[in-house]
Amino acid sequence: MSEKTAPELSIAALRAGDRAEFARMVDAYSMPIYRLGLKMLGNQQDAEDVLQNTFLNALTHLADFEGRSSISTWLYRIASNEALMLLRRKKNTVNLDDFQPADAEETPLPEVFVDWSALPEDELLSGESKHALDAAVRQLPESMRMVFFLRDIEGISIRDTAEILNLTETNVKTRLLRARMALREYLSTYYSERMTREEKTDG
Amino acid sequence: MADPMHKNCQALLGTLSEYIDGELPADLCQVIEKHLEGCENCRVVLNTTRRTIDLVQIPAAAETVPADVRERLFLRLNLDDYLNPKK
Repeated sequence: MSEKTAPELSIAALRAGDRAEFARMVDAYSMPIYRLGLKMLGNQQDAEDVLQNTFLNALTHLADFEGRSSISTWLYRIASNEALMLLRRKKNTVNLDDFQPADAEETPLPEVFVDWSALPEDELLSGESKHALDAAVRQLPESMRMVFFLRDIEGISIRDTAEILNLTETNVKTRLLRARMALREYLSTYYSERMTREEKTDG
Repeated sequence: MADPMHKNCQALLGTLSEYIDGELPADLCQVIEKHLEGCENCRVVLNTTRRTIDLVQIPAAAETVPADVRERLFLRLNLDDYLNPKK
């Protein structure tokens, strides 16, 4: 929720129940929250539920918002809780995994060492590649995916990410490293297969 | 970094994220850069990790929510009188 582009909102007006100001806040923050829903849940219907529930929840709790954290941190916190609750509700079953801190295991070591980083941008971001990228993000365990979304997709600092998710900064860093490594591995496999395929067609 | 990863490579891996984000002290960066010079696998991991992060970052031009999604949101929040004009 790029703080750079967010308009100045009056917390006093919001708390006083100024509806025009609330509408401005909704317009300012809808997209990042909708995007959070899309990345975490993977479909538009659920993303829309996350979006609506976040602002309904914000409306209910506006009086308790003391402005100790920024509006964006506060909204992200509500949105990430909504998204995680919805994910759990949809899974129906509870996995043992859910109770294991994501930080318990070692970070897996890299296995694919193909340098695809110099491939041209249009190739890296073709329709098919974008699809692979989204799929890669979706296969991350949810605790890593949330950290990765906030830090690397939305560009939020480690400190604010920790505050939003109620984690220590060390936890955030560990999950971020694992998420980045897992994605790198996935994309390396994908792009190296593509490179081999293209070499075959070329010659 | 190929067969069992070298100890130095493993140590580098642990600091990779912070190195990419520019959060490490200069002396540690120097040690890392020295290792990178002589280790191709680590260079590949660094380059491809950087690229991975570049690729997912949202474009600077902010997208907006689809019009129908926005409309249903405003209705749900009883803000329909603020639907138009936008902002």
